[in-house]
Amino acid sequence: MSSTFDQVATIIAETCDIPRDTITPESHAIDDLGIDSLDFLDIAFAIDKAFGIKLPLEKWTQEVNDGNATTEQYFVLKNLSARIDELVAAKGAST
Amino acid sequence: MHLEYFKLIDRILDLNTAEKTIVAEARVPETSTIFEGHFPGHPIMPGVLLIESMAQTSGWLLLALMKFERMPFLAAVKEAKMRGFVSPGEVLTIEANVLHEGSGYAMTEARVKVGGKLRSNATITFSHVPFPNPELRGHMDEEAKRIGFPQQALLP
Repeated sequence: MSSTFDQVATIIAETCDIPRDTITPESHAIDDLGIDSLDFLDIAFAIDKAFGIKLPLEKWTQEVNDGNATTEQYFVLKNLSARIDELVAAKGAST
Repeated sequence: MHLEYFKLIDRILDLNTAEKTIVAEARVPETSTIFEGHFPGHPIMPGVLLIESMAQTSGWLLLALMKFERMPFLAAVKEAKMRGFVSPGEVLTIEANVLHEGSGYAMTEARVKVGGKLRSNATITFSHVPFPNPELRGHMDEEAKRIGFPQQALLP
């Protein structure tokens, strides 16, 4: 599995005190790991710092609320990791 | 400082949007109903109000950085430490700087000093949203005038 997922899983484990071995690429941060929106801010902060990006949480939330996306697209960890890779790539392309 | 109305900042001494820092000042009132209970014979400013003073100072900094287009709301407090008593009549210098600006949230580090000595500090998380209504925006505009918010900070 990608190193991005490993980093994200480690961040989640350390930030939310969740056993690392229970976190898989298929885990849904909200539904499976029980992470609430406030705790997710701490995770977002750690991800932003670790990857030098800014997770577009507001945009994602709006898309979910508007019915234009599902939470699985952003909060299942393999998908979250893919979004992070895209953001890192976009950042690299713009600099 | 008017504790009962949660007006914990008297004035802004310095606001630097480039450095993302702010310094505010507040004088703890000599008397307050709060001191009648906290504590009889030993009045001190409650730690939660020191945290609130740091949150309000941080909030003005974030308001400036967001050009008064969004309102920050307290979401989390970490590493809050009460390092010494704050007594009635003391003048607080409250400093804050931005630790991180995320999407829809921000984190600050803030400190309360008296006479240059650190009395309290905290790391504070805010969520921020567009102003929920014109009434709150109007209230914040009035408060900005009261505390001498430097309007030039909002210029491009």
